[in-house]
Amino acid sequence: MSTTFTVSAALAWRNLWRNHRRTLIMLSAVSVGSWAMIFLTALTQGMVTDMVRQGLAVLPGHAQAHHPAFRDDPNIVNLLPLADSELESRLARGDFAAWSTRINVPAFVASERETRGVTLLGIDPERERDFTFVDLETVEGRFLEAVDDSGVVIGRKLAETLETRVGKRIVVMSQSPDNEVADRGFRIVGVFRAELPSQEENYIFVGKAVVQKLLGVPDRVTEAVVFGTDFRKPQPALDRLDSLVSADGVTAQSWKDLDVYLSTTLAAMDGFVLVWVIVIFLALSFGLVNTLLMAVFERVREIGVMLALGVKPAAILLQIVLESMLLLGIGLLIGNLLAFASVQLISDGIDISMVADGMEMMGATSRLVPDLRMQDVVLANGVVLVLGFFASLSPAWRASRYEPVEAITTVQ
Amino acid sequence: MSIEVRLAWRNLWRQPKRTLLTTGAMVFSNVLLVFMISLQVGMYGLMVENGLKVFTGHLQVQAPEYIDDAKMRLVVPDAVALAGRLRELDGIAAAARGSTFALASSEDRTYGMAVMGVEPDYEADVSSLPGLIGAGRYLEAADAAEIVIGERLARNLKVGVGDELTLLGSGLDGSFAATVVTIAGLFETGIPDIDRGIGALPIEHFQEVFYMGDAAHLVVAVAPSLEAVPAAVAAVESQLPADSELVVHDWDALVPELRQSINADLGGALFMYGVLVVLVAFSVLNTQLMSVLERTREFGIVMALGLKPGRLGRLVLLEAALMGLIGVFVGALLGGLLTLYFSVNGFTYPGLEEMAAQFNLPGRLHPEVTLLSLFAGPLVVFAFTLLATAYPALRLRGLKPVEAMRAA
Repeated sequence: MSTTFTVSAALAWRNLWRNHRRTLIMLSAVSVGSWAMIFLTALTQGMVTDMVRQGLAVLPGHAQAHHPAFRDDPNIVNLLPLADSELESRLARGDFAAWSTRINVPAFVASERETRGVTLLGIDPERERDFTFVDLETVEGRFLEAVDDSGVVIGRKLAETLETRVGKRIVVMSQSPDNEVADRGFRIVGVFRAELPSQEENYIFVGKAVVQKLLGVPDRVTEAVVFGTDFRKPQPALDRLDSLVSADGVTAQSWKDLDVYLSTTLAAMDGFVLVWVIVIFLALSFGLVNTLLMAVFERVREIGVMLALGVKPAAILLQIVLESMLLLGIGLLIGNLLAFASVQLISDGIDISMVADGMEMMGATSRLVPDLRMQDVVLANGVVLVLGFFASLSPAWRASRYEPVEAITTVQ
Repeated sequence: MSIEVRLAWRNLWRQPKRTLLTTGAMVFSNVLLVFMISLQVGMYGLMVENGLKVFTGHLQVQAPEYIDDAKMRLVVPDAVALAGRLRELDGIAAAARGSTFALASSEDRTYGMAVMGVEPDYEADVSSLPGLIGAGRYLEAADAAEIVIGERLARNLKVGVGDELTLLGSGLDGSFAATVVTIAGLFETGIPDIDRGIGALPIEHFQEVFYMGDAAHLVVAVAPSLEAVPAAVAAVESQLPADSELVVHDWDALVPELRQSINADLGGALFMYGVLVVLVAFSVLNTQLMSVLERTREFGIVMALGLKPGRLGRLVLLEAALMGLIGVFVGALLGGLLTLYFSVNGFTYPGLEEMAAQFNLPGRLHPEVTLLSLFAGPLVVFAFTLLATAYPALRLRGLKPVEAMRAA
């Protein structure tokens, strides 16, 4: 068996180069095809990863815990039914990559010029540093420093709209649990930048203890957020969070439930990768089968002679299939190398700020950084090799079934 | 039929399998191109239409800097009168609108919201919102102290039709502004941000409460079709008072993300189409090169008999062109039928609904068969077929009859 294989492989290799033009054209086609499969997949995965990253930064977290009614009615009335201190001590036991508890309520801010509706986040700055969408390096002024920091930090876009700046005062208004309008003046201590303008426009940060005092809800929060290790697999973090809080009538949800658009996009993208790989393969398969058919057709007499000399039909079949696999294998190798090289070339990302607003509509930023994932590479190569194998069976089978005498006397 | 065409046609069928496989590759990519392009044309049209109809309209008259920063004091003076003048233009619908933020309080809840002041009689001509009232009615009198709000917002505020809302905000001069309004109706657009964050007051009441005088922030106008927008912009500009600084923005300037997300999508799609076309071209190149090489002797003989190499080259091109034409027509036919099926029954896949909602699209897409979507893709494939054949055809120019006849 092993000699049959070695001989067939040697023959397949030599046959491949008998018509080097044809082989080279086919190799180019396979290379371009597999390059396109992997490269485009890396770009789309890059975009989706970016979208999810942005989405998770705003949510934030891989999983969150809320009062059951909070998601539908994000009001201060729907506080978590646990004391914040108790919640914090439980979360600290949960072995999360990062976690925080916060107050997240709609609010209203007014400068002397303008008024805007925003989301007021009462946070623990120490904890939020690990995952906030605020670019901490470029905060003008300073970020919050403690839960009882008396200042407010707002986004650059909001500061422009309100015509205000660091050092000025704004009034923050929100509703207290007994539906009184709670309002208080804050000094702006920092103006932050973020990757998406909507993040700079819609969120303001105040120390958690200060918000608790303003709204009259001491030691209470509206949400707990936790991070696991891999955003694609939020289940472990969710399970741990759930076991910590569910007994107290708290709803824990993963980001996949919290942001349906993001999770379906992520899922649809895996489907898209498969469809794209198969479409490219189909476009290639016509050329592949064609090449093999021609290769067999040219060698009818030769194959007849081999069969007449006692070569087993199975060996002929093996030889043709090997020829096809070699062709695909080399093509894939070149395609993969090209794809790796092109991904490397743009590993810092490509600037697509021309369509920045459009990307923001999708939830992505204007820098497209490719995300080359091994499982996609394996998928692309696997599909081509497996389907390529089946596509080459038919010409190979025909060749192995020739009647030696008829084949030898075929006029070409 | 001329002799060349007949010859080319017969040559194609000397190797029927090869020809069929090559045309098969063309048909495959053409069907795909027809379907995908039809789907995109249909989708982009809807994206623009749905994105604009709720609020934006086709064009707006604004104060110069309002587009960058929607500030209270950047107003359109005498807006209602201006809207009236614009309505007299041929085919143009227009309505004035004021816009600000306010804190809305009901008995048990308080939320911040965007508040618009609208002309009840004309708003329906420039916005789909008045038609989406689910409970109660839309605004009627221009000076009534009433409001319509989104259904989600009403749920969050725990109010219904007939209940009262207190609005707190600031007026044009920065002073404190407040009013109590009755909820006339609730609208449901299906767009979460709108349903939970917006309300509309009659414009005269809006102007009174927020100390606007006769000013507003926008005049929204709609042209008969998207194609008519540039002409409408010019017509509207001519109606602006000569000494005013007001500007007219078309929808592309107002919501740049619409066209940009279309362009981003188109960019990705063009890359895919390009790869597909290149792969087909390789297939054709392979086939035609093989068919030329295996006929070297035959070509040597006809050249010895006096046929010019140029004519042989044309023959090879003609063969490819015939193949390409089959590809174009069969591809357009099958692609057209496939698209037609989905244009009637709609096209969807798991997850489309959630993603489409982000772009104001329905969960079921109906591709549109147009002449463009039917032939744009196939004709590009055809052009690349001919381009790919250029190499084998040009090779014939260097062919020496005697050597060719001796070739194996």
